[in-house]
Amino acid sequence: MRIERSSISLELDSRGKRVLKTVNHALGTILEACTGIDVYLIEGIPELTTELIEEIFLDSVAQRVCIDREAVGDILPQWDLRIEVAYKPGVTDPEALTAREAIELSLEHVDTKAVIQTARQYVFRFCRDEAGKVEQWAPRIAGLLHNSLVEVATWMVRNSSHKSTAFPSLYPSQVAPSRGEVERIPLQDLSGEELEVLSRKRLLALSREEMEAIQAYYRDPKVRKERERLGLGSSATDVELEMIAQTWSEHCKHKIFAAQIQYRERNIDGNLIKEERINSLFQTYIKDTTRWISQNRKDLRSVFHDNSGVVDFDEEYLVCMKVETHNSPSALDPYGGAITGIVGVNRDILGTGLGARPIFNTNVLCFDYPDTPSEEIPPPLIHPRRLLLGVHRGILDGGNQSGIPTVGGAFLFDESYRGKPLVFCGTGGILPRNILGKPSWEKRIDPGDLAVMAGGRIGKDGIHGATFSSAALEETSPSSAVQIGDPITQKKLSDFLLEARDRGLFKALTDNGAGGLSSSLGEMAQLCGGVRIFLDRCPLKYPGLAPWEILLSESQERMSFAVGKDQIEEFLALAKERGVEATVVGEFTHTGLVEVYDGPHLVGCLDLTFLHDGVPRMKLVAEWVPPRGQQQGLEDSTAEHTIGFSAQTLPNYDRLKEVLLKLLQDPNIASKESLVRQYDHEVQGSSIVKPFMGVAFDAPMDGAVIRPRYDSYRGITVTHGIKPRYSDLDPYAMALAVVDEAYRSHIALGGNPNLASALDNFCWPDPIPSPQNPDGSFKLAQLVRACKGLQEACLAYELPLISGKDSMKNDALIGEKKLSVRPTLLVTVMGIIEDVRKAITTDFKREGDLIYLLGRTTEGLGGTYLEHVLGKKLGDLPYFDLKEARTLYLRLHEVMVQGLVSSCHDISDGGLAVAVCESSLGGRLGATITLRPDLMRSQRSIRAIEEAVGTREILLNLLFGEGPGRFVVSVAKKDREAFENAFKGYPCYSLGTVTRESTLQFLWEANGSVMDLLEVSLKEVEEAWKSFSKEIIA
Amino acid sequence: MGKQVRALLLTGYGINAERELAEAFRQVGCIVEAVHLGELLHSPDRILDAQILGVPGGFSFGDHLGSGKVLAHILKQKLKDRITRFVQEGGLVLGICNGFQILVKMGILPNVDGTCRQEVSLIHNEHGMFVDRWVKVSFNSSNPSPWIRDLTEEWYPIRHGEGRFITGTKVTGETLQALNLIALSYADENPNGSELGIAGITDRTGRILGMMPHPEAFLIPENHPWWPRKKIPKDAGLLIFRNGYEHARGIL
Repeated sequence: MRIERSSISLELDSRGKRVLKTVNHALGTILEACTGIDVYLIEGIPELTTELIEEIFLDSVAQRVCIDREAVGDILPQWDLRIEVAYKPGVTDPEALTAREAIELSLEHVDTKAVIQTARQYVFRFCRDEAGKVEQWAPRIAGLLHNSLVEVATWMVRNSSHKSTAFPSLYPSQVAPSRGEVERIPLQDLSGEELEVLSRKRLLALSREEMEAIQAYYRDPKVRKERERLGLGSSATDVELEMIAQTWSEHCKHKIFAAQIQYRERNIDGNLIKEERINSLFQTYIKDTTRWISQNRKDLRSVFHDNSGVVDFDEEYLVCMKVETHNSPSALDPYGGAITGIVGVNRDILGTGLGARPIFNTNVLCFDYPDTPSEEIPPPLIHPRRLLLGVHRGILDGGNQSGIPTVGGAFLFDESYRGKPLVFCGTGGILPRNILGKPSWEKRIDPGDLAVMAGGRIGKDGIHGATFSSAALEETSPSSAVQIGDPITQKKLSDFLLEARDRGLFKALTDNGAGGLSSSLGEMAQLCGGVRIFLDRCPLKYPGLAPWEILLSESQERMSFAVGKDQIEEFLALAKERGVEATVVGEFTHTGLVEVYDGPHLVGCLDLTFLHDGVPRMKLVAEWVPPRGQQQGLEDSTAEHTIGFSAQTLPNYDRLKEVLLKLLQDPNIASKESLVRQYDHEVQGSSIVKPFMGVAFDAPMDGAVIRPRYDSYRGITVTHGIKPRYSDLDPYAMALAVVDEAYRSHIALGGNPNLASALDNFCWPDPIPSPQNPDGSFKLAQLVRACKGLQEACLAYELPLISGKDSMKNDALIGEKKLSVRPTLLVTVMGIIEDVRKAITTDFKREGDLIYLLGRTTEGLGGTYLEHVLGKKLGDLPYFDLKEARTLYLRLHEVMVQGLVSSCHDISDGGLAVAVCESSLGGRLGATITLRPDLMRSQRSIRAIEEAVGTREILLNLLFGEGPGRFVVSVAKKDREAFENAFKGYPCYSLGTVTRESTLQFLWEANGSVMDLLEVSLKEVEEAWKSFSKEIIA
Repeated sequence: MGKQVRALLLTGYGINAERELAEAFRQVGCIVEAVHLGELLHSPDRILDAQILGVPGGFSFGDHLGSGKVLAHILKQKLKDRITRFVQEGGLVLGICNGFQILVKMGILPNVDGTCRQEVSLIHNEHGMFVDRWVKVSFNSSNPSPWIRDLTEEWYPIRHGEGRFITGTKVTGETLQALNLIALSYADENPNGSELGIAGITDRTGRILGMMPHPEAFLIPENHPWWPRKKIPKDAGLLIFRNGYEHARGIL
């Protein structure tokens, strides 16, 4: 049976209109009209009557349904082209699952063999002058409407010379079955080279050394004897080998962060100036950092060993947070990759301690510039605009449908993300300190407890995800690495698990993410000393999975639980009542083994210690040479041309304004409101500082503040720091700036300086040298330097790292060409604000308020967006004094608590000029700002800078410099004295006043005279700053 | 101890705004019970123990097959008699966002002709996108619903992809106007293309109110985006709930 559902009129079909816009935007105005038809294909349910179909599928006011009859004739009879998009076999179709559920609720019985499928049909009418070219356009339009990895598109052209066939009454749904039996791999006899081939062929992503370690295990006489006894034989089974590869993957074991590194530092001439051996970057720069800081921080509850970092919120509650990346899947399928990223990191929170409730999502999304010409994007890469919009849709559905507010976050554009976008998905959660008298952050498993899997079923989706993300993106990357998340199945699961938690129905849980059951049960087994898994008991989406596939599958929306035998009945009963499928799939033991059974047959048995600790430690070399040729600065001729003044001449008023407006239009700085407004940030009723506030609800904030408890005013801040452009010069300075940006934003919001915690996320180009990657050891040195910077800044700010993640293969190999991301570190701060009613926003509040600059400006325009706008390298990075910054922040916080600050905005991308524009826009108020040479701080004297590089450098640094450690603050007139007294002896400079005018005026005061520098109207600022937001959804 | 007003809120299967809705009703004095759909289907009489039935926002059943469609179908099939009796006996119903969509698709709102057939709808926003923003709404003083008594204007957040209110051929915008069933409309701008800017309607008894904006996300003045700029009256967001509570107390 084929059910087609359309709108009753084209006017009511907003989705069709959006598709029309999208296609016309991408291909030029070729279409006149478009409408969408929802298609449901049903077979094997003879009891389904017309009445019931209308009851379930039809909105009788807005829609029409046609049963076994085409809908197109009623809605758009003058069509030229119809394209139908359906899922490929095995891809999750959440809507079909719901349709089945709805039908089952109405009918006594629905045959398990009944098939329900969905498809989307798009109907197009072309502009008359394009009507002759429909056949040429068809494949290109289809290309825009579907992702061939997970979907299949068929089309029909009216009046085609070829005979059109009708759309199918059912799409193929059979997943090609795998070989059912277990394969035996005689590892013990293979040569080193053969081991490498085996690793490649099976997509194990293991090195020769690692393969040899596995071989040694199988050659061990004790192991051999035991295997004989168990009847397993001396060869490895595919189940075992896959399980080891997953457990040992870079994704799961973080081998680079654990490696022994010989670090050498050379000066610009290549002479060795420093050499040291680093025993694990993670231990040295991350864990130890937190260990030192934790002596003064008694609120750190559980760091580094659970699914997320846990800290105290108040006397009764804990909060936890995790940030993950989902780069590789998003590169292949932006929508599926992003949605899975969100629901995946949500599960990390659900799986923390005895289960936490997600209270916010926050995402940082990095792409190449969306206006990049198509011919610059080589296949199979997806154009950045499409990537952006696909990821955006995934974030939108993933977050909104889960009922978790999306707060904070950022979009970032950089040409180095052409090969792989970076999709950082973060989630925070809350859990009571004690649950039924037990500490909630501790998990416990006893031998004899049952291993239960709950949520979705297992299919072939997402097999090899863990190992795939540990390799570069290639033309042949497997489509099975892609999954599509279903937020509703997960929402049911999460409601259930929190209820089960509060009733004490399980003892431990963890999520099924990368590596599936292999990873979740393998990790849980460590808590009691072993596990026995029964693969034949696992519920499958469809038959035909090989045993190892069942174990490794990353099908979504699943959690694993340890349930006591005395609780199992109640646990399973509650699951059933809540519409959640839960199945006992194993038993925890204390045998020291992971035993895997398929029916009565033992198909895998591995020593738990070997599995988790057997991976050989990598030994790597890192070579740092400072990049050359960065010192060039702005030549006079270029300067004259681009900004209208040279070192010795006075600035040109109009050109400077042009630069400012260009900066405001840069997608990195510009408003992304049209995208961000599509994310629900109000659900849960906790929103205090929102993405956009101010008079017209359109000014950007420095981060988010939420109030997680309804009976308390204590709140949480969420902020980020990311600055990949600094990495070109020195990742060490990059890391300082990144930590500072996240921490400073927390301060700007009014957060407590001593109650902030940080999460680090490294996304690096491959730092392991190979013939395709000759500069691997330089990239590793960049990583070492970023770690050193991270540590230094965290120690200075007494900011503990509570959780982190690294993704080390952010490269794409396109033919011979390698596209690598700029070394990128994202630092996220989750902090406490004691009273959300004291939170500070960025918008200027009233006319007459005084404006101050806090923090010292140092010379250095390298890595700024000014460089990007001018298309020129502008020299070094600014010097930054962490200690001075920390002292300033502590004082600022005191002053904020006293209520002396009306607005506060951190100075970041685009510098002071952009920050003032944003604060002005927020209040729809003008400002007069006077810049002076003494606002600069330099290791040289002001006079020396003036002599060396001229007034121009000082001006550019003050207006557009992005040096860390600074804020623009406004203060009520009556508080002037108190404010200035509080900052005596601190880098605090009066800049000017908030005015009622509709313009921003920048003046330059030097040697006793004042001159106009730049004047811009609020209208011009708004227009420039909002242009990207308008364009991207057009 | 005197009897207390009980509010029963429906949860589960993708409903997601029940916590804040519970808090809002609790703040004004109700005893709140959030009941999972599965439980309610087991013991449907629980509805009759309450004076207020709340259908919160969210994405029930993923909004697959249409927003609120599947849950509306289930409620209609399994609980229609109970809900009808509940309203006849004076009970109050509040559906917000997805809850509004559900009530409309069940046909109990506005139910002009009394046959519980769907008469109006909420479809994809005219611009085709989900939107989260605070909007000003004005209340219709001619609508006698207890829910909106004495209310004139208020700010609430909207957050929906399918909030465009349309009418059909039998019940038109004029019908709703003539019968005073429009409860609230968007005041300054129409954020989704709704007919007559309609943001919420009631049935003919006035006891069933459905609305797209989310008063339950306005629990304290600091939820309002203007809070750092000016004084927001305490409880501004809770007035609807207080009205419901006061009326329900009268029928205890």
